[in-house]
Amino acid sequence: MSYIAKPKVTHPKLPRNKLGLTERDYEGSVSTLCAGCGHDSITAAIVQAVFELNIEPHMLAKISGIGCSSKTPTYFVSESHGFNSVHGRMPSVTTGANAANRDLMYIGVSGDGDSLSIGAGQFVHAIRRNLNMCYIIENNGVYGLTKGQFSASADIGSKPKKGLPNQQEPIDAVSTALSLGATYIARSFSGDKDQVVPLIKGAMLHKGFALVDIISPCVTFNDHEGSTKSYAHTRQFYHHVVDMDYIPPAKEIKAAYDEGSSMPIELHDGSKILLRKVDTEYDPTSRAKAFKYLRERFNAGEIVTGLLYIDEGRPEMHELMGNVDTPLSQLSLESLRPAKGELERILRGYR
Amino acid sequence: MSVINDVVIKIATVNGTGSASANGLLRKAIFRMGVPVVGKNFFPSNIQGLPTWYEIRVTGDGYQSRSNRTDLMVAMNAQTYEKDMAEVIPGGWFLYDSTWPRSKLLDRDDITVIGIPFSKLCNEHFDGVRTRILMKNIAYVGAIAALLDLDLDVITQLLEETFGDKKHLVASNMEAIRLGYDFASEHFKCPLPSKVKSMNGTKGQVVIDGNTAAALGCVYAGATVGAWYPITPSTSLMDSFRAFCSKYRVDPETDKRTYAIIQAEDELAAIGMVLGASWMGARSFTPTSGPGISLMTEFIGFAYYAEIPAVIFNVQRTGPSTGMPTRTQQADILSCAYASHGDTKHVLLFPADPGECFTTAVQSFDLAERLQTPVMVLSDLDIGMNDWMVPEFEWDDKYVPDRGKVLSAEELENMDKFYRYLDSDGDGITYRTLPGSHPKGSFFTRGSGHTKLGGYTENGDEYQEVVDRLLAKWETARTLVPKPDIQYSKLNKSALLTVGSGNGACLEALDRLASQNIGLNYCRAKAFPFSDEVKEFIDKHEVVYVVEQNRDAQLKTLLMLDIDTNPAKLVSLLHYNGMPLNAGFVVEKVLEEIAKGRAA
Ligand SMILES: Cc1ncc(C[n+]2csc(CCOP(=O)(O)OP(=O)(O)O)c2C)c(N)n1
Ligand code: SF4
Ligand SMILES: [Mg+2]
Repeated sequence: MSYIAKPKVTHPKLPRNKLGLTERDYEGSVSTLCAGCGHDSITAAIVQAVFELNIEPHMLAKISGIGCSSKTPTYFVSESHGFNSVHGRMPSVTTGANAANRDLMYIGVSGDGDSLSIGAGQFVHAIRRNLNMCYIIENNGVYGLTKGQFSASADIGSKPKKGLPNQQEPIDAVSTALSLGATYIARSFSGDKDQVVPLIKGAMLHKGFALVDIISPCVTFNDHEGSTKSYAHTRQFYHHVVDMDYIPPAKEIKAAYDEGSSMPIELHDGSKILLRKVDTEYDPTSRAKAFKYLRERFNAGEIVTGLLYIDEGRPEMHELMGNVDTPLSQLSLESLRPAKGELERILRGYR
Repeated sequence: MSVINDVVIKIATVNGTGSASANGLLRKAIFRMGVPVVGKNFFPSNIQGLPTWYEIRVTGDGYQSRSNRTDLMVAMNAQTYEKDMAEVIPGGWFLYDSTWPRSKLLDRDDITVIGIPFSKLCNEHFDGVRTRILMKNIAYVGAIAALLDLDLDVITQLLEETFGDKKHLVASNMEAIRLGYDFASEHFKCPLPSKVKSMNGTKGQVVIDGNTAAALGCVYAGATVGAWYPITPSTSLMDSFRAFCSKYRVDPETDKRTYAIIQAEDELAAIGMVLGASWMGARSFTPTSGPGISLMTEFIGFAYYAEIPAVIFNVQRTGPSTGMPTRTQQADILSCAYASHGDTKHVLLFPADPGECFTTAVQSFDLAERLQTPVMVLSDLDIGMNDWMVPEFEWDDKYVPDRGKVLSAEELENMDKFYRYLDSDGDGITYRTLPGSHPKGSFFTRGSGHTKLGGYTENGDEYQEVVDRLLAKWETARTLVPKPDIQYSKLNKSALLTVGSGNGACLEALDRLASQNIGLNYCRAKAFPFSDEVKEFIDKHEVVYVVEQNRDAQLKTLLMLDIDTNPAKLVSLLHYNGMPLNAGFVVEKVLEEIAKGRAA
């Protein structure tokens, strides 16, 4: 037996979602990652988010590249459609899949190596197309699967287990996405499920490219003293800037909220997100201000988290291309051909 | 003695001066006179300023390849006068712009130099720099019309078709035609001894390039997702697909499109997009050339192992590396056949001309979906970008696309459990589902080791079971790919064998050899894996000349790898200077081999 199917024993009292499914129904096979790996916590958050969003498993497509992080789609929603592609190329597969079938929900799982080194090109171009997907980077500052080399997100001065500290500028996925015009940008920490779950929900429902960059410590290769991606370091320098609540369609925002620090945003399916600004100065709808803020906090060594930028108004890939609403993959091939006799007319031009 | 309908006109111009439309006009005029033509471009990797040539072979016999000789050189580029003059065959003609006379040009006394002051004439009759340059091009068409006795009414009609309502453009272009025509008629003996005469050789034929034809095939096949990264000589395939789609795939009422063309960031992404779209069940393709294939290889291997359909057009150019991007070759045969690491091999289809590009494009989607694997259409620059006379394409409205083994929602509903890689029919092809179609249809696509049930594995036996089944599928592919074209007579002990664009030159060479009483049989393979007929054909001969356009005998190597045959029989005739193959080369090489004592 080479992979372990999880026995599905469902307690009759387990809560069920609108489809009558329990959270267990959204699980996958047993993780083979190291015990304590941040990626497993993210898997759990995805399970909860998808369960709570009442997504039909077979209407979910989960795509990944290569890495410990990219292995995780096997560990959630086993009844959905998985595509574990090649290193750094998850965005292109998702782009083609989405171009062909816009009816599915797309969740892409990647690592910092997968997205910021080998796959940096595909990462940035998926953003430019405003591809309608939830793009998760499980960010640990190293290549876990190849045993701990620095990745492009390693901070200057961060110490490896062996050898010299990193000296190269890190690539910050969040500010990169911001500069490229991503329309939903969030950062969080695998150890903060309460924050991660609503961020993923919002990302799933956002119309357009939604990045969720999640610091996800690698317990085996990058969780030691001197590492800036360890549990301890992240907890110490971690700040919520904008929290968010997800409010399903047809639900009212009940709790009274303070105008200055709260901000409701309606998503295209009628659901809402309520942003709660921990720092009232912060404006998650201004690219320029967000950029300045992030840079300043970064220079101060802080890790700012929450929904850092949102623009619900920009057209996504299909709208930009002007495509029909029916998924292209579902059009009958007969309907796609020029009318009878048309070939004759076309060929006349070549005589 | 006069020669009728057997003349090669080569027009030397400067890239970017708008000579293409004048050359097209000339080629079309001859074709409209019912005379078969072949049009070849020899252009630089440059946008403006470098020398470029267009060659029109007038071939009453209707041959498809170039002839490698120049009878009439139309030298409109002073930079290349010397080289152009050297190319003219003894007894030929050299037409040039004598606004600036060149006494040195009279050096060769075995040819006739015809000087016509095109620039001067056009400067006197037209205003504006650009107009004068364009009209100079049209004027040389007029001169050629006089020299070769072309029908001016046909030219007028073509101009009217081109310019439609813009009567003044028809008039000014005709004026330019007249300038050249009249000057030539008044100063030189027209027509030349070699001339064009109306005949009935083009009925039911069109003149078209392979990229346009392939694009049209994609439209008819129902392709909806095209992903690409621009590269010569494949770019015009996607340009044509876009042009056809904007006409036939946009709802006139809603203005919504039923196609997605994605200009990818590179070829790694282009093929990734094709796989994503095919996974979802769309017919999806990417056009590229050698360097693009090199970048795509990791994903091609993935598609082979995860069994995802994909259609890849490789319009081959001269390698290695950047090589000569605007010259032709068939040098990607091996790199495509075995693209990617590990044990992989891929279905290759070899269209021989634009007509086959159309049919092969449709076939490639059927095969890719039937076999759930990448299918590569190996065209080349010669087919893709040159003008070939081919029979009008036919479309059978009864065509039923082969979508392969895809389980419907109803079938899934009635199924106990679905396993993606279970070979229930014994042909090596397993059933797939389209994501979203039914809750029971879920499966996990991976390039890592998997069992026949689709689960991850690192167990050697389970792994081997799947890759062995892929071999069984390969044998099924052998029975499904198009069969070779074979010309066989028991009398002949030796034969020619080729693929793709070599066809025209080989057929012509067979005729020429036959006229010297040398009989050869002929096999044109249309696909890899090679059908059993190819092996049987080789088995029946003592010598098989393998004609191909690369240095390293890639086709021969592939035959040796795929077919159990005696390699000593296979004799390579290799043409790889980047120019399209010509019959003369094949004839000469066969004669050389015979002279060495090989069986004829
Ligand atoms: C083309 C290619 N090169 C190299 C590798 C080896 N490789 C596998 S995973 C990986 C790095 C993964 O790092 P990251 O994306 O950060 O994932 P993590 O394991 O840290 O979650 C590398 C270099 C590969 N699989 N493919
Ligand atoms: S090596 Fe690191 S990233 Fe990989 S599973 Fe172990 S802890 Fe997680
Ligand atoms: Mg990593």
